[in-house]
Amino acid sequence: MSVPPDAAPHAAIDAASRPAIGRGFRLQWEAAQNAFVLLYPEGMIKLNGSAGEIMKRCDGATRIADITADLERAFAASGLSGDVIRFVIMAVEKKWLQIR
Amino acid sequence: MAANPLTDAPGKPGPPLWLLLELTYRCPLHCAFCYNPTDFARSEAELGTDDWLRVLREARALGAVQLGLSGGEPLTRDDLEMIVAEAHRLGFYTNLITSGVGLNEKRLHALKKAGLDHIQLSFQDSSRQMNDFLSSTRTFELKSAVAALIKQYDYPMVLNVVLHRLNIDHVEEILEMALKLGADYVELANTQYYGWAWHNREQLLPSREQVERAERTMRRFRERVGRQMQIYFVVPDYFERRPKPCMNGLGSIFLTLTPDGTALPCHAARMLPGLEFPNVKSASIEQIWYGSEGFNRFRGDSWMKEPCRSCPEKARDFGGCRCQAYLLTGDAANADPVCDLSPHHHLVTEAVARADRPAAAAPALGAGEKPLVFRSERNSSTLFLKRDDN
Repeated sequence: MSVPPDAAPHAAIDAASRPAIGRGFRLQWEAAQNAFVLLYPEGMIKLNGSAGEIMKRCDGATRIADITADLERAFAASGLSGDVIRFVIMAVEKKWLQIR
Repeated sequence: MAANPLTDAPGKPGPPLWLLLELTYRCPLHCAFCYNPTDFARSEAELGTDDWLRVLREARALGAVQLGLSGGEPLTRDDLEMIVAEAHRLGFYTNLITSGVGLNEKRLHALKKAGLDHIQLSFQDSSRQMNDFLSSTRTFELKSAVAALIKQYDYPMVLNVVLHRLNIDHVEEILEMALKLGADYVELANTQYYGWAWHNREQLLPSREQVERAERTMRRFRERVGRQMQIYFVVPDYFERRPKPCMNGLGSIFLTLTPDGTALPCHAARMLPGLEFPNVKSASIEQIWYGSEGFNRFRGDSWMKEPCRSCPEKARDFGGCRCQAYLLTGDAANADPVCDLSPHHHLVTEAVARADRPAAAAPALGAGEKPLVFRSERNSSTLFLKRDDN
């Protein structure tokens, strides 16, 4: 008996998706490490600055388009949407994020 | 903030990110592969609740963030819920490492409410007969019920099964059991030879063929089930040619406290001779982590001998495991003999060769020439007396 392979996890990710922190993960600011970290059972991922900034906006209610707009405002940047979507796709594959 | 010469020195170690509290040595199980020290019966009284709570606050202030609650069986402490609640309040990610014995719905409800993040449940084998034999208890059905309870309370289910000669041929059945229980993660952790496992090494070390077969089985299973259950297979280091980067180097991220409050840079380090390990009853976590000989001795690489000292790989594996170096060679500063560059590597290959001998291929349940010694208060006292007599 074999289990059918999962559908590509990022098939449906676009600017309207609302990412949330993945089940079993917790995002937390750690002053001692001067970084956001993702905590999970018996492990921890230290996020770099941009990953932390994206993930702290992933509350399951905000669309990727609005996350991007907020980041562009906060960092006086433009054209971030490709980077944000690529990060979200990667993070969903790693289960750091999930799309509700 | 005022400069602190203790902690602001150049190249100062990072914070103790991982805090493991061995809350107790009491355990309803009697596993022959337990890494607890064989002389635990001689251990001093367990810390009280207030001491554990203070330790949590001090460690968290230094930057500790992952918390393991272990033992022994941590559920034997009736203040576990209080400890979890304080840890959660402080911002720890809390991991309960348990045999499941003592985890009823009332306690799980209270632990969930206290903010427990994660439960790792151990099984000893896939069948009631072997599980109960290997843990020297009747706990298999109880553990199965606990697994269901863990799912019911919406925890990711992580099963841990320690592998060794007597159960490694059951990897397929173990994984089937895990799938049936709805496990999200399964850790197949090959025995590491410290404590009781070291004492029983000759009975527990699998043959190379067993290890390779188990790994093939695991890979087939992993392909079959895909993402629904993640399987980790920790290769037994005796079968490797390079040592594991044990604890990421002693004193780099990991801090263990034994039930009586002794602070160790790894859970087995108490055996290392000539090292004074401080106790939280008389020193702060900050003093212990940054200022004690027990934590500083094996930091960096100035303690290393050849072949490690001039080895380009020393920054990757830190010379391997100090406890293994000590157990096998008598000197904790030697290279971990798992490394084939170590002049003592033959001690590992000879142990593996003994495990490969066909004569030892089919040990009956504990009926070999030398019996398995199960972890118990009584055996702990007996082993200890024997050692004192020598």
